Amino acid sequence: MAEWTLLEAVKQAFAWELGADENVVVLGEDVGVNGGVFRATDGLQETFGAERVVDTPLAESVIVGMAIGMAAQGLKPIVELQFMGFIYPAVDQIINHAARLRNRTRGRITCPMVIRAPFGGGIHAPEHHSESTEALFAHMPGLRVVIPSSPARAYGLLLAAIRDPDPVVFLEPKRVYRLGKQEVEDNGAALPLDSCFVLRDGIDVTLVSWGASIKETLEAAGKLSQIGVDAEVIDVATISPLDIETILDSVSRTGRCVIVHEAARSFGVGAEIAAQLAGEGITSLLAPVKRVTGFDTVMPLYRYEDQYMPGVNRIIDAVKESMEYR
Amino acid sequence: MQGTDFNIETVEFLDPSGKLKRPLPDALGGRDKLIHLYRIMVLTRVFDRAAINLQRTGALGTYPSNEGQEAIGAGVGLAMQDTDVLVPYYRDVATQIQRGTLLEEILVYWGGDERGMCFSNQAEDFPVSVPIATQCCHATGIAYAMKYRRQNRAVVTTCGDGATSKGDFYESINIAGAMKLPVVFVVNNNRWAISVPLEKQTAAKTIAQKAFAVGIDGIRVDGNDAIAVYQVVSEALEHARGQHRPSIVEALSYRLCDHTTADDASRYRDQKELDQARELEPLIRFKAYLQSEHQWSETEDEALYVDCDSQVKKAIDAYKATPDQQPGEFFNYMFAKPTANLEKQKKEYFAEVKRHG
Ligand SMILES: Cc1ncc(C[n+]2csc(CCOP(=O)(O)OP(=O)(O)O)c2C)c(N)n1
Ligand SMILES: [Mg+2]
Repeated sequence: MAEWTLLEAVKQAFAWELGADENVVVLGEDVGVNGGVFRATDGLQETFGAERVVDTPLAESVIVGMAIGMAAQGLKPIVELQFMGFIYPAVDQIINHAARLRNRTRGRITCPMVIRAPFGGGIHAPEHHSESTEALFAHMPGLRVVIPSSPARAYGLLLAAIRDPDPVVFLEPKRVYRLGKQEVEDNGAALPLDSCFVLRDGIDVTLVSWGASIKETLEAAGKLSQIGVDAEVIDVATISPLDIETILDSVSRTGRCVIVHEAARSFGVGAEIAAQLAGEGITSLLAPVKRVTGFDTVMPLYRYEDQYMPGVNRIIDAVKESMEYR
Repeated sequence: MQGTDFNIETVEFLDPSGKLKRPLPDALGGRDKLIHLYRIMVLTRVFDRAAINLQRTGALGTYPSNEGQEAIGAGVGLAMQDTDVLVPYYRDVATQIQRGTLLEEILVYWGGDERGMCFSNQAEDFPVSVPIATQCCHATGIAYAMKYRRQNRAVVTTCGDGATSKGDFYESINIAGAMKLPVVFVVNNNRWAISVPLEKQTAAKTIAQKAFAVGIDGIRVDGNDAIAVYQVVSEALEHARGQHRPSIVEALSYRLCDHTTADDASRYRDQKELDQARELEPLIRFKAYLQSEHQWSETEDEALYVDCDSQVKKAIDAYKATPDQQPGEFFNYMFAKPTANLEKQKKEYFAEVKRHG
């Protein structure tokens, strides 16, 4: 077994699938010779050639639109958009076309493609490089939105995303790109795309998160155990479609739920989870569902981003409030 | 006509050795304006080195260097009138400092603080735009407003060669032509967009020719020649102000630096190409020209560097002495009037600060 960072796991999933399926083509700005600005495609052009790992002009709308055409022809394009903040020129293509092509043509033309983008704050990046806007895409019918939080899940979920017959927005939490290695078996095995992962069993409270915030959530769970609170931790991983069953099942045992995400609070993925808990889990709930999130503000530039990001303290406070609720 | 062959002239005044190829523009007669151009370039270079050092020591975030781009900003800045508006991208230090933006404000911005965009001496210029080419669109709107009010003003917007591949760029030059807007699109063609060379960016032989497709003027200028940039942009601005004739000015330069401090250009760029480009860089030729034609002495040159050094040091001191933002300041600028929701979240935030510091 190999030891990889999340970033290396992404690259290895690419390498596996480029080797296994000649229809797979990787395209984006700086993905070829430079191996991507984060090096997620480092060395792939050397191995697989410039026709399969393609440096494009600087133009997100056509990169995604072109990928739609490629997908319609049976290729499996994997698009890298350099940062999530630069996905917006392509939103027309993603929402009006990628997400709808199957429906519009009653299945005659489909769109198996992956749109990757690093996202989230905490690495002292410049303006527009730190936002978390996964809810925009999760809200759109016809898209899968997948967010890995560990090397093993990055590897398995990316393979699943590439093999999925529909468009997948694959968002990579860059704050944990190089944070620690994990043993991963390089066997080309995909993970299920439509289910949450229970990372820690617990009986007192359910903590639900995804992406880089999993780190603080697990840390909070560890600290909470020292004060006698036994938290279950769920990594949602596939934001949409949402595996609410796993969350409902957990909350049916704990009765309490705290949702943690870096994105702004209102109208976010946390709101959807809370709404579903209020709908189907109401009889299990012993306390109001709480959200620990970024604020409904523009993400501050890096010097002040810590004020914005939900840290361990805020998670612990929310859990305590939830536990004290009678 | 061959579809790709427009034979657009490249305007040049100074050759790489510093010899004038044609008479100096009248407006630059005398020593003062020339020394001003040189001073701006030196100041930009000195500032740039200091900013990179600050980044290396952790005192500044990711920073995009201006090395090799100084003549463009020097010329553009001098060509603009105070009443014009600049809508810049992120390699425009030399322009911005002529527009009243303070060096410390530029540092505050790249140091991760919004206050670096609240220029104390500049009311209308936009802050730099990070999402590529988006600023071109804003420039057309500003130009529309100027024309709407019958003002004798114009807009300069800048972008890189890579940016000209984006829809925003094409849409902007097209609408500027269709509506006859007073705007000049200055394209800094430094041959690279991070790791993507111009040849992979476009099959067009020039960027200036993109103007012709939308019916506006397109011209090329040696972007290592501050005099040429000044002259070409001055004329373009006159046409924009007086006749509402928009244009593209393609300034040919070379990115002598890494893309940003987060980049390592040696991964994708040939050292030989870089070495060759260095010989054409803007400061060397300008100094040679001043020396041979305007009695510029080594003593004066040294004094200029000393002066720029001290100006930059003062800016760094001011940057470092900038007091922290108020905690939770990021709540304060979301809407003209704070919303109930934000007030509530702000309270929550302060309660948290009180509990945990
Ligand atoms: C819409 C968008 N896509 C991608 C990026 C990331 N990015 C920043 S600079 C850059 C290259 C820009 O090249 P060019 O326009 O030639 O300007 P230069 O940096 O060379 O001056 C890229 C791809 C971005 N900032 N915005
Ligand atoms: Mg460029």
